[in-house]
Amino acid sequence: MLKKRIIPCLDIRDGRTVKGINFIDIRDAGDPVELAKRYVQEGADELVFLDITATHENRKTLSVLVEKISREINIPFTVGGGINSLADVSVIIKAGADKVSINSSAVKRPELITEIAEQFGSQCVVVAIDTKFVNGEWIVYVHGGRIPTEIKTMDWVKQVEELGAGEILLTSMNNDGMKTGFALEITNSVSQAVNIPVIASGGAGTKEHFKEVFLQTKASAALAASIFHFGEIPIPDLKNYLQTEKIPVRCL
Amino acid sequence: MQIAIIKYNAGNIKSVENAIRRLGYECMVTDSPELIRNASKVIFPGVGEASSAMQYLKKHHLDTLIKSLTQPTLGICLGQQLMCKYSEENDTECLGIFDADVKKFPPEELVPHMGWNNLENLKGNLFNGISDEDNVYFVHSYYAELSEETIAACKYILPFSAAMQKDNFYATQFHPEKSAWVGERILKNFLEL
Repeated sequence: MLKKRIIPCLDIRDGRTVKGINFIDIRDAGDPVELAKRYVQEGADELVFLDITATHENRKTLSVLVEKISREINIPFTVGGGINSLADVSVIIKAGADKVSINSSAVKRPELITEIAEQFGSQCVVVAIDTKFVNGEWIVYVHGGRIPTEIKTMDWVKQVEELGAGEILLTSMNNDGMKTGFALEITNSVSQAVNIPVIASGGAGTKEHFKEVFLQTKASAALAASIFHFGEIPIPDLKNYLQTEKIPVRCL
Repeated sequence: MQIAIIKYNAGNIKSVENAIRRLGYECMVTDSPELIRNASKVIFPGVGEASSAMQYLKKHHLDTLIKSLTQPTLGICLGQQLMCKYSEENDTECLGIFDADVKKFPPEELVPHMGWNNLENLKGNLFNGISDEDNVYFVHSYYAELSEETIAACKYILPFSAAMQKDNFYATQFHPEKSAWVGERILKNFLEL
């Protein structure tokens, strides 16, 4: 049976992980490769690296980092942040990433989705969508959630699927950082509306939240950052819990 | 031991190369017939589309070369599909090493089949140390049907060939290079054949 995926997300700035980590046996908590290896050992199913600086000067640092990750990591990983062109994608994929995640650049120029899918395959293209519930409507936000657009989330998800996206990473800004659970309604609506995998993101605070999102929506995967970084929910505990709750997960 | 990874117009070669190096072996990525023929192990990887991959192989005479290999040869993902007879993906005649056709998944669930799934009915040395409950990573929209040559099955929408073998030819639909310790063990088993 196909398993539901658990995906830790690592924020990268200048080649280092940003948030603090309290893993005791990690040599260098700021080294993304060390942290990634730790997650792999714990049973993460995939990893997402998000370059939050993503300035031009940092692209070289990022590609060097991606090469290093690819040498050390034996599970699939996605790289996102500041990817604006097919040339950016090419650098990241050639460095060894399995997928790229695009967000604002896809909103600005939706054809980019098709161009990446045609050149590297749909499975490479993760379209990340930051969405917020405003005045009774789920709306797409860009530039790290700072700028609202007029695009309705439900319209955008269908469009990105048609354009060739392989997966949708859906982050609810209302829930992100709140630790009160995933945005079940919009995650469910989106996962019902498209025929590509949806990764639920934003709001995970407890193991039960993961159970909810897998039972109440068709999400294929759930992503979280801080609860994994700070060791609040160890991945093996989460997987064991989900397995007892009869949710298909990959246990080690 | 000389390990050759066949270089052609399909992606994902870097990951395979890295996985082999992690196991402590050296390898070369090459399209030289001589180097491929003289290697002790050959890996035929691939992420991409069947018809353009076959066209490329034919143009570079790699199609007849691959079929004529006598050393252990491992096809991965598209590699397995190209080793079958025929693929529905753009109506493509393939290498015909395995007596099976490649079909598109009916859209009863999400397609592609993407993520970790467990293997069933394991046969042979490739799976030493691996059990039916172990999960490997898949990404594919087309599948090889079950055949006499199936050495591992997987179920998604329907049962299909997760791995195949005929004589010296081995193939996996999943990505051993992306399947954590299970994949590493399978690659190690192949390299130790």
